[in-house]
Amino acid sequence: MSTTRVEKDVKWIDEPKLGLFENLYLPIVFDGLKTTISHLFTRKVTESYPEQEPTMVPNYRGVHRLNRDTEGRTKCVACYMCATACPAHCIDIVAAPAPADWVGREKYPETFVIDELRCIYCGMCEEACPVDAIELTTLYDLTGLSREQLIFDKEKLLSVYDQTVKAGTDPVRTQSGNLGPASDTAQAGVPKA
Amino acid sequence: MPEFNWQYTGLIIAAVIGTIMGYIAYLILLERWVAAWVQDRFGPNRVGPYGLLQPIADGGKMFLKEEVIPGHVDKVFFVMAPIVAFSTALLALAVVPIGSTVAPPPAQPTFAAFETVQAEYASHFSTVIVPALDIGILYSFALGSLAVYSVILAGWSSNNKFSLLGSMRSSAQIISYEIPLGMSIVGVLLFTQSLNLETVIQYQQDHTWFLFTQPLAFLLFLTSVYAECNRLPFDLPEAEQELVGGYHTEYSNSMKLGLMLLAEYAHMITTSFLMSIVFLGGWGLFGLESLVENAYAAFAVKLLILTGKMSAFVVLFLLVRWTIPRFRFDQLMSLAWKVMIPLSILNVLAATLVRQFNITPWAMTGVSAVLFVGAGLIAVRNGPVNNAPRKLKKPLPPGLQAGVTYAAR
Repeated sequence: MSTTRVEKDVKWIDEPKLGLFENLYLPIVFDGLKTTISHLFTRKVTESYPEQEPTMVPNYRGVHRLNRDTEGRTKCVACYMCATACPAHCIDIVAAPAPADWVGREKYPETFVIDELRCIYCGMCEEACPVDAIELTTLYDLTGLSREQLIFDKEKLLSVYDQTVKAGTDPVRTQSGNLGPASDTAQAGVPKA
Repeated sequence: MPEFNWQYTGLIIAAVIGTIMGYIAYLILLERWVAAWVQDRFGPNRVGPYGLLQPIADGGKMFLKEEVIPGHVDKVFFVMAPIVAFSTALLALAVVPIGSTVAPPPAQPTFAAFETVQAEYASHFSTVIVPALDIGILYSFALGSLAVYSVILAGWSSNNKFSLLGSMRSSAQIISYEIPLGMSIVGVLLFTQSLNLETVIQYQQDHTWFLFTQPLAFLLFLTSVYAECNRLPFDLPEAEQELVGGYHTEYSNSMKLGLMLLAEYAHMITTSFLMSIVFLGGWGLFGLESLVENAYAAFAVKLLILTGKMSAFVVLFLLVRWTIPRFRFDQLMSLAWKVMIPLSILNVLAATLVRQFNITPWAMTGVSAVLFVGAGLIAVRNGPVNNAPRKLKKPLPPGLQAGVTYAAR
């Protein structure tokens, strides 16, 4: 509580004096009616949802996706940073050594499961991710017929990537191309394309 | 007296009630649309094309809802209130012309002459349920004021403090606004020398619309009508913010509530008809309606003109709702007792003088303007109406900075 408020900080407002024009009521009423009628014909702001889909802001936090790198492999390096950062504990990763032909990759997620019902869509996972592998897309109409349907595995999350890339609705944060700086050491031997 | 033709009367009653019910149904849809459009929304547009079947869905919903009568209410009056509301609202329409009419003939010196003119009059067809009723507009006013009983009955029998408060406000409001409502048309009736609405229309055909010769009376009538119909800015009986639902809080959303709401809209339609007839010349439109030669076409044209005027007033009702904020109760009362009643008395006085000394009726236009501006000047001189209780100003304790009142406690 501040006690430093002094009289000069307090702004006193007097009720405006009404002249003859205002006291006749009618001119003011007509003025108001003009405003009312003009609103009858203005463009309506309502979006008729099922027929007319809203365009979400590019930084909307919707369904997750797992990004692919330039060769179509999952970008994720199974570092567990997202699972650690997740306040809702909805990410479950099982790491495995990367296949031999994945040059310069040490680990990859064998399974990557997100429970979309537990997720609170806070975006901490994508902030934590050092290689920009996990991202929240602008897909908002997430529905399912059972709880099991909404537990998304790796394939599902990668398909969300394919779907959003195809639709051209990449989230604003996407960095395409090579992995992020955290994987620099892992990629040291690979010549940049 | 024209002979009572039960076929005509039955036909008109059926036509009027049927049309009015349909009109009200779509009026409610229009009200919702206007409300939405003014707020830059779409409004009901899901049921049928452009939402045009919405009234049917609404009506079906109301009929199918369970009729709940709460245990703590007075059952007889609780059930009676919607009936009173609806029946008075419909009965008030009985004397209101809805299309072309013929004025009943004036008094005749001999009985033979009387018989002749009456026979001539009986050959005409007037689109009124009760033509040639001499008390005309008084009957309509009387039934219109009976509508307050429904509000009081509903509020009181509900045994609920909010409903009672709403109905008490309503009774005070309606009784206050009856006075300027009645007084404002006295000036008109002095000129027409008849309470009969067909004669009022005929007078305006012969002379000019009362809107032009008595604008102040029109303004007073219009304002009082808004209060009588419990429409915004005078919708205190159902102030949702303060009174839950007002007098119909205890009515579940069943047909009892539906009847109350229908009655409200029926009241709007009746008063809109009255305004068009008394001040806007009824089915007349500056002689344009007489250009149509064919009798049937002329009938249709007159019907269209009058209903068009009525609809314009109804739309004004809807627009004003979203234009003027609600009055506080004390402001409402001061408007009636300190502004409108004195103005209407002065208006009647002026009309009496103009009539007595046979001055041209156009003098009333000037008098109206003078009274209107004069009232404004008095308001400027007296400053804003402030009936709010004076707040006691506590002197600040010494040594404390001004404006820091919280710390002092």
